[in-house]
This record gives sequence, C-alpha cells and structure tokens, in this order.
Amino acid sequence: MRSLTRKLRASPTESWLLGLLVVISVALSFAAPEYLTFANLFNLLNTSSVNLIFAVGLLVVLISGGIDISFAVAASVVQYVVATILIDAGGGGWVSGVLLAAAVGIALGAVNAIFIYGFGIISIVVTIATFNIFFGLLMFVTHGVSIYALPEWWTHRTVLLSFQQANGLWADLTLPVLIMAIGVAATFVLVRHTTTGRQLYAFGDNPEGARRLGINIAAMHFIPYCWLGMMAGIGGLAQVHYTQEVVPNALIGRELDVLAAVVLGGARLGGGRGSVLGCVLGVFLVSVTQNGLNLLGISPYAFKMIIGAIILVAITLSSEQLTRMLSVRRRTADQHG
Amino acid sequence: MTNGIADDVPAATPPILSLRNVSVTFGGVKALQEVSFEVLPGEVQCIAGENGSGKSTLIKVITGVYRPEPGNDFAVGGKTVDAMTPAQARAAGFQVIWQDLSLFNEMTVAENIAIEAVLGAVPRRVDHAAMRRTATAVLERLGMQLDIDAPLGGFGVAQRQIVAIARALVREARVIFMDEPTSSLTRQETLLLLDIVRTLSESGIAVVFVSHRLAEVLEISTRVTVLRDGHLVGVYPTKDMTQTRLAELMTGKTLNQAVTARDVGDAVPVLSVSGLTRQGEYKDVSFAIHKGETLGLTGLLGAGRTELALSIFGMARPDSGEIAIDGVPVKLRSNRDAIRVGVGYVSEDRLSLGLIQQQSIADNLVVTVLDRILEAGLISPRKQQRLVATWIGNLAIKVGAPDDPVTTLSGGNQQRVAIAKWLATEPKLLILDCPTVGVDVGARAGIFEIVRQLAAEGLAILLISDEVPEVYFNSDRVLHMKSGSIVGEYDPRRVSLAELERAVYA
Repeated sequence: MRSLTRKLRASPTESWLLGLLVVISVALSFAAPEYLTFANLFNLLNTSSVNLIFAVGLLVVLISGGIDISFAVAASVVQYVVATILIDAGGGGWVSGVLLAAAVGIALGAVNAIFIYGFGIISIVVTIATFNIFFGLLMFVTHGVSIYALPEWWTHRTVLLSFQQANGLWADLTLPVLIMAIGVAATFVLVRHTTTGRQLYAFGDNPEGARRLGINIAAMHFIPYCWLGMMAGIGGLAQVHYTQEVVPNALIGRELDVLAAVVLGGARLGGGRGSVLGCVLGVFLVSVTQNGLNLLGISPYAFKMIIGAIILVAITLSSEQLTRMLSVRRRTADQHG
Repeated sequence: MTNGIADDVPAATPPILSLRNVSVTFGGVKALQEVSFEVLPGEVQCIAGENGSGKSTLIKVITGVYRPEPGNDFAVGGKTVDAMTPAQARAAGFQVIWQDLSLFNEMTVAENIAIEAVLGAVPRRVDHAAMRRTATAVLERLGMQLDIDAPLGGFGVAQRQIVAIARALVREARVIFMDEPTSSLTRQETLLLLDIVRTLSESGIAVVFVSHRLAEVLEISTRVTVLRDGHLVGVYPTKDMTQTRLAELMTGKTLNQAVTARDVGDAVPVLSVSGLTRQGEYKDVSFAIHKGETLGLTGLLGAGRTELALSIFGMARPDSGEIAIDGVPVKLRSNRDAIRVGVGYVSEDRLSLGLIQQQSIADNLVVTVLDRILEAGLISPRKQQRLVATWIGNLAIKVGAPDDPVTTLSGGNQQRVAIAKWLATEPKLLILDCPTVGVDVGARAGIFEIVRQLAAEGLAILLISDEVPEVYFNSDRVLHMKSGSIVGEYDPRRVSLAELERAVYA
C-alpha cells in the first residue's frame, strides 16, 4: 500500500488522469448504458490504436524538447508510397509492409531532423513547412484520388479476440491493437530503460548541459524525429487496415488531436518531461471523451473545442513564467510548513 | 580565515596539474600570455581576476576546450602532456562545475548524480538500481542527505550545488573547478558549501574557485592566483591578504580609498524608521537617513538587509513599526506607493543587467517614467528628448547620440544610465542593494563617484553591501545588521576598517 501511494505521489499527472478516466467512465456508464459493454470498449481500443501509435512517437519528440505537426500527413504519404510500391511489386505481406512503412516514415522524419539540426531552425517552423510540403505534394501527385484496390493481407480484417455478448453484439479486438501494443512497449523500453532514452530526457531538459556532458546532439535530433516517422508510417499502415482504403486527406487534422492527448498525458512542450503511461492515459481520455460525446449525441464540434482548450491549457502550463511562479510558491510554502 | 583547510601543503607533493608559459590567442587578441598555474593535491585555491582577465580561458585550456599555442609546458601528475583534449582532461580527473551547474530539473537526484551511467553513443540497458546505489554512496561520502528519487527541480540552489559536486565525484574528479559558486547562496548555504569543500580537501581532492568576489576569495581559499588582462600577476597566500590589496592586484591600480564620511546629522530626516518588525526577517529596526546622507548597511548574507530594504520599498509589509518620509508616517501597500512617496530601489545586478541592451540610450533612460512623457496617450518625442537631455546632462553621461544603442557605451557610462533610469522617478531616497555585484573592481569606483555626487545634491542614499570596505569608504554612517537586528552604528571617521571588518565577520 505504501509503495502504491509512493508511486502515485511520484507520478501525480498519471494518478490524476487515471482518476479522471474512472470518473468519466462511471458517469458515462450511467448516462449511456452501452458505454460499458465489451463491444464499445473493444471498439474504443480498435479506434484508439492508430492515435496511440502516433502518440508514443510524438512523445519521444516532445521529451527531446521538439515538436512535430507533420507526422499525420507524413503517415498519409507513407500509405500512398507503400500502397503504390507493393501493388507494383505484386502485393507484399505484413512483414514487407511494416518494414517499408517504417523505412519511408523514418526517411520523412529525417527530413525534419535535417532542417532542425542541420540548419538550426526551430521545430515548430520546420514541421509547419513540411506539413504543407508533404500534404501539397501528396494531393498534387495523387490528384486527391483514393486507392481502394489494396492487397488482400492489408485490408483483410484480422481479429485477435472475438466473442458474442449477451445482447447479441460481437466484441472484436483487431490487429491494430497488437501493433499498437508492440509500439507502446518498444517506446516504453526506449525512453525508460535505454541510455539513449535517458539522454533524450536530459537533452530536452537542458540542451547545453547535455552538450557539456558529451551527449551526441545530432543523435538527439535524429532519433526522436525518426522514431516518430517510424511510428507514423506503421500507424498509417494500421489505419488502412481499419478503414480498408487509402484516402489522401484521411489523417490531416489528426496531429492536433494526438498532440492534445500527449500533452494532456503530462509531456511538456519544451522538453524533458513525459511518460508512456501518461501518454496512453491521455489518448484514452481523449478517445473516451469523443466516444462519450458521440453516445450522448453531442455535436462533434464540441470535441474540437475541447481539443483546442486542452492544447491552450497545456501550453500555458508549460510556460516558463508560470513554472517559476508555481515553484516560488512551493518554496515559500516549504519554508512556512 | 582558513576554515581548517590545510595551510601548509608539503612542498614535496608533486602538483596534480602544472602549466607553464601558456598563451592563447583569438583572432589576434591575446586572451592569455605566458601564464603559469599549478594545483596541489587537496588544496583550495582561487583564481581571481576581473571580467576578461582570462579566468575562463585558463579553465578551458585545462579542460581541453582551447588549445594553447606551442611552447607551453603542460604537466599532469608530474608527467608532461602535449595538450589536453576534453577526453584526456576528463580522464585526468579535471571537472568543472559551471555557474549554471548543467543539471537536469526533470530528472531525479540519483539520475543527475549518476548521469555518467547513461552516457555513451551505443544504447545500453539502464541500470536504475545501480544509479541509485552510486548516488547514495557518493552522498554518504559527502555526509549529505537528499531524497534521491525526487525530481531535482524542487530543490534550492544549495542542494543543486551538492548534486553537481556529487556528480563530479562520480566522474572521479581529482580537481574540481567551481565557477562563481557562491553568487546565489545565502550565508548558511555558503557555510554548508565550505563544509563540503573541507571534506573534499581532506580526501585529497583539490578545489579551485573562480571568483571575483573579494570577501569570498579570502574566506575560502589558502592560495589565490591573480590574473589581469591575460597575464599572471602572481600567486599569493590568502593568510595576510586584505580585500584592498587583492583589489589592487586585480586591477593594477592603487585604489586611493579614503573615508568620505561627512556630517549631515542635523539635516531633515528623509526617512525615519522606528520599531520596524517583520516576523522571521528583521525585528525592532530603528534608524533615520537625512537629506544628503549616505547610510551604509552591512552584515553577512542572510542578515535581513534586503528584506528590510524591500519593506521600505513597499514590497513586503512590516508586521509592526512605522516608516515615515519627511516626518510623515506612510503606509506602503506596493512599490508603486513607495515610488509615489519618493523611494527608489536599485536591486542587486541592476547595474550590470538592468539595461535593455538592444535598445537606445534614450529608450533605456525613460523606461521607468513612460507615463510622464505621454501626450494624448502616446509617447511624446519632444517630452522624451527633454527628459533624456536632462539626465544625460545631470549625470555627465558621455554619449555619442542618445539614439545609439546602449551597448556602445563604456561600462561606467552604462551604469550611469542604469542609475539615471531610477533617478528619473525623482526619488528623495535611493536604495542601492549590493550595487557592485557582478561589477569589476575597477568599474566600482565609478559607481561610488555617482553616489557621492547624488548625495552632494541632497539625495538620501541607503547603501547595502556585504563587502565591508565598500560601505566603510563610501558612507557617512554605517549600520551593522545581524540576524535581523541593527547591532551597531559606526562612524567611519572614528573606527578603522579592520575594526569594522572584525565586528562584521566575527
């Protein structure tokens, strides 16, 4: 029990999110009885998987002190490239698909890293530019035409776990959930249990301090953006599995939902802070909110509003001035207490 | 004071580090010229010198950041080396703790201390348990207790410094260079730091302070290496060194300091304070400052000087007691109230940092009084020009044109601009809180020249400083504050500097 309270104290953000998630879930289960069914919860997992894959990628970038808003359109680019190449090559399979998607994603991430590290341009500016370049190029080349004739392996709905509920509805857990679980686990190992991950925290926290310790600054730029690129590519692959088609503008706009979820999960814009658990909880909280609004029949624009508010609040909380104000207050409180 | 650190290191001990004839040139500018330097095992040494004297360059040569010119003689542990690379310096055990400490707020204390374990280009598994063991062991060695699992961001400067020192020890330091280590510590924290330095010294680790705070140099170290304009002035034992002598060595000028106290006792008191008390900060403080008087207020860090000043400036309300301006009791709810009744406050660092460097001299001068130069809600160029001309004239600031950037001015003239900015609010009482912190010894005389001129014009001045000679030579009366109370009043004409220093530092 003591170790549990200690853990909760050590990660206040995660504890808050977990509490909030429980409260919202309980409230929703009364307001919309179908919320707390396996069918709905599995569906929630299936639809959240792509966002979760994106989110853990973005988490690594935020930890390193950067930001990337180009990853969602990059995922669309990857979908097109992979579809085109594999159809040309006669179909491919999950292995070649994942490898190709990861490789193209990494290459697109590296483009961002080259501009941010090589030319010293701040990440938000670079990724706004590449966001436009990737999307413009995609629409220009494809003329906005979707691809429906995809290889069988890609669109065949692979169900991992399935059972019929008492009310006759089927509850299915699909393949993207497994891909998501692997991506989340890999990111957890990277940031928490490898020296590279800890270097990323150090670099995001205090770049000059990290440089003085001899940490490789180029690596600290390329690893996060390429990791996010890889996750974007794989997430894109999973999204096609879910929607059964490649639509050039299917993912645009997703970047802000994911960003909001990740910062809600405690990652700090500005670097050095953030955990995989918080990130996962943040995505679930956003998904549950969206799901709940749907079930309650509330306009989707309310969701947009909530996403905007979350980003605004997170940016405010990340600002140096506020942090200093809060820490001063804490120090005074310590002295009196 | 030597704080029990070994005074006499046997001459036979080979130096850990010895440099002869080191020169460094940057684009034709000689940053170091034929400088020699050595560090003995376990000694506590200071490198003293003004800004630009070559202190940091010397450290960077030792740690392999800069390469000295050929012809130098560089020996580590008695063995000659060609020149250092950062990796070699690290292997030799030379660790620098920079002023900003290079720590990571979001990471735990243990991770900050044992950061060594996660360095390296090849990814490995992190052994969190081993890092915690390393941190615990090194803190134990320092005799310190910190919650190693807490994020560092919640700790104060003193604890952060301990973490930085602990990290240097993990990296097997044999010489720890500390860059201006006490500049933001309170007295208690400084004593704690000295304790740790003693522990290090006893275990044979040498500590080299880089500093230009005279009091601190003399207090901490047993030897001082003085640099000036890239040259070595000499290496001196601190035992019989005085602050005045050290200042002369650093500047190369004989500072002709004489007591400047005058009698202004029967003039009208501009400020009178009686029975002023604020819980935990100062108690029962009573004094008066007269028109044209400079009152010195000294005492160790943490004596409550700044807290008292902030109350007079309306930023911390006293619990009891009375503040009167020109004999009229005033209630100061904020610093705006204080400015309205004629109190100006120039805080520590304001003279070196209080200017907006990119902006013009004129813009800097009027920044405190923008509301006085408005015309129909907009800044009136005519009113601004008139105000700027007045202050440039009043303080004899040597400027090319008022619209030149403030960076074009010499250090002394920048200080005049910084003071003029506050004088523009037309105060009757000006509080100068440690006006020479971060200002070179040579440039300090300029500040006091202005102070004397202002006092002669009738301004009442409260001069706060922890450097006793500063208040001794520049005040009409000196108050000694200790643990929140005024414990003595001195007339510089009737007491010697040595007596006053003894009273304060005892």
